[in-house]
Amino acid sequence: MISFSSTFKLSFRALRVNKMRSALTMLGIIIGVGAVIAMLAVGTGASSQITEQISKMGSNMIMIVPGTTTAGGVRMGAGTQSTLTMDDAAAIQKECSAVSAVAPVHNGAAQVVSGHLNWSTGITGTTPGMLEVRDWPLSAGRPFTDQDVRSATKVCLLGQTVVDNLFGSADPLGQIIRIKKIPFTVIGVLGPKGQSPNGQDQDDTIYVPVTTAQKKLFGTTMPGMVRVIMVKAKSAADLAVAERQINDLLKQRHHIGPRQDNDFTVRNLTQMMQAAEQSSKVMTMLLGAIASVSLLVGGIGIMNIMLVSVTERTREIGIRMAIGAKTWDIRYQFIIEALTLSMIGGTAGIAIGLGGSKVLSMLAGWPTVVSVPSILLSFGFSGLIGIFFGYYPAYKASLLDPIDALRYE
Amino acid sequence: MAIIEASNLSMTYRLGDIDLHALSNLTLTIEKGEFVAVMGPSGSGKSTFMNILGCLDRPTGGTYVLDGQEVGDISRDDLAGIRNKKIGFVFQGFNLLPRTSALENVELPMLYAGLSQAERTKKAMAALKSVGLEGREHHHPNQLSGGQQQRVAIARALVNDAPIILADEPTGNLDTKTSNEIMELLVKLNNDENITVILVTHENDIAAYSRRVIRFVDGALVSDTRQEQRR
Ligand SMILES: Nc1ncnc2c1ncn2[C@@H]1O[C@H](COP(=O)(O)OP(=O)(O)OP(=O)(O)O)[C@@H](O)[C@H]1O
Ligand SMILES: [Mg+2]
Repeated sequence: MISFSSTFKLSFRALRVNKMRSALTMLGIIIGVGAVIAMLAVGTGASSQITEQISKMGSNMIMIVPGTTTAGGVRMGAGTQSTLTMDDAAAIQKECSAVSAVAPVHNGAAQVVSGHLNWSTGITGTTPGMLEVRDWPLSAGRPFTDQDVRSATKVCLLGQTVVDNLFGSADPLGQIIRIKKIPFTVIGVLGPKGQSPNGQDQDDTIYVPVTTAQKKLFGTTMPGMVRVIMVKAKSAADLAVAERQINDLLKQRHHIGPRQDNDFTVRNLTQMMQAAEQSSKVMTMLLGAIASVSLLVGGIGIMNIMLVSVTERTREIGIRMAIGAKTWDIRYQFIIEALTLSMIGGTAGIAIGLGGSKVLSMLAGWPTVVSVPSILLSFGFSGLIGIFFGYYPAYKASLLDPIDALRYE
Repeated sequence: MAIIEASNLSMTYRLGDIDLHALSNLTLTIEKGEFVAVMGPSGSGKSTFMNILGCLDRPTGGTYVLDGQEVGDISRDDLAGIRNKKIGFVFQGFNLLPRTSALENVELPMLYAGLSQAERTKKAMAALKSVGLEGREHHHPNQLSGGQQQRVAIARALVNDAPIILADEPTGNLDTKTSNEIMELLVKLNNDENITVILVTHENDIAAYSRRVIRFVDGALVSDTRQEQRR
């Protein structure tokens, strides 16, 4: 059997004879591999962005909103406008064992003024538990306390975006801002979190004690009413248990019989986000699959050229056979030739793919992540394509009759 | 010692409904070191005979024993191995690989014999030198004259130390002077290395270099004569 390095030299020489043809044949693979890498980079970029947002949003989160959810969407429970209260939140905290933190939320939008600057933003009235639910550390100052909540003090925590718009680079701590013309003291700044999975700027917010929001800012239709209760389960494994416990507890507290619709909805945010993450992964695979079609087309190009090459070199094959080349010597030679074509194409394709994903992320503003597995995958795939599509021409060449091949004009 | 023993060899091609007997019932023995010329009119089966001797083709009947080995029903790859080790081919059209240097053409049989690159180069250089092509190692076939190309082919035929050289009209494309040079080279190899040479020719002048002439007519051996070798 003829050695690998000799075979490789042979194929390299053969490819050099028809430089232009070899280059054009490679182009198919180059584009294919480039497309696979770039598409996977776009897809992986999107899902890693979602993953990052999920971890920033806070983990193991459950959200309880008033009203019932049916297949048709949200509709309000009969006769109850807003059914969640501070007491519900307290009860969840006390009785649901799978829950680690609870934060009732009463929120609204308002105009905020500091000096001559003003800014419109969402005001979230909540309890100190919120920072734990959302895994949200402060970048400066202190959080408000349970005492602040009990006595409805006029203190606030500012999101980074609000700080930027009202204070620029000045220190906001201890400053007074006016929300709906009511003065609040800034006691802390929330650490920057970036965009939420649905594209909202999470830093464009102000946290105030929930009681202050109820009494001074947005009012309530009934005492202690809240719009949302945010809950953090003890762990990912506890999410389902927590959901069930909350469901049971609120049913009991709201006197809802077994036949009646709930007047509240429990949403497992983490699960929803994971579903989004999952679908973006599916999207990535889909993009990759579509791009691999072009790789396949490149492979067919290789097969085509190899068939032409075998025909053109019939006489050469005859000479080699007459001189002692065995079936596999010939087959090997043409397979290696196809493999060389596809691997050189694959290598160039990786470069194109890397460049392409850079350009894509610059033009479209998407993050793209080129993963090492995607490079190895497409490189290996192009090799396989070379072998797969090179095999048939090589097989044909190796089975030629030496005499017929020698006589071929 | 007989290097070639053919008994009742026949080769029949089926062309539609009729059978074409390119060779029929050929029995022949050739000893090691003989110099044989094969003659006969066009279409008489000379090339067919050579292809069978060279293990490029299998006869449809009879037995062929090459160097003590019956080659009737051995595999394709084993035939390739025999061609590689025992037979050196010299063709009318030279059959060198294009765009490939003389040196690499001569290295080819050793490539398939599995010799290392260093050995291949060494032996190929020596073979080229022995056919008088020193200094032409790196020329490609299209940079060589017909006679020089045929010398490269002869170097390629003998580089693997094959005991037999089969030459089908080796001088068919060459002028008289060059033909004589090629024949003298073959005679020298026959005398010095005891290589068995079997060649097909249409010309009596060329056949005169041999010591034995066999004649075919319509696929049958019609005469087998020994003669004084012209030197
Ligand atoms: N593959 C083939 N299929 C059918 N017939 C063939 C084949 N090869 C040879 N023949 C026939 O066999 C006969 C012998 O052919 P061969 O080539 O041996 O003749 P030759 O003596 O070498 O002639 P020339 O001197 O012209 O080279 C011819 O009639 C030829 O047509
Ligand atoms: Mg002939």
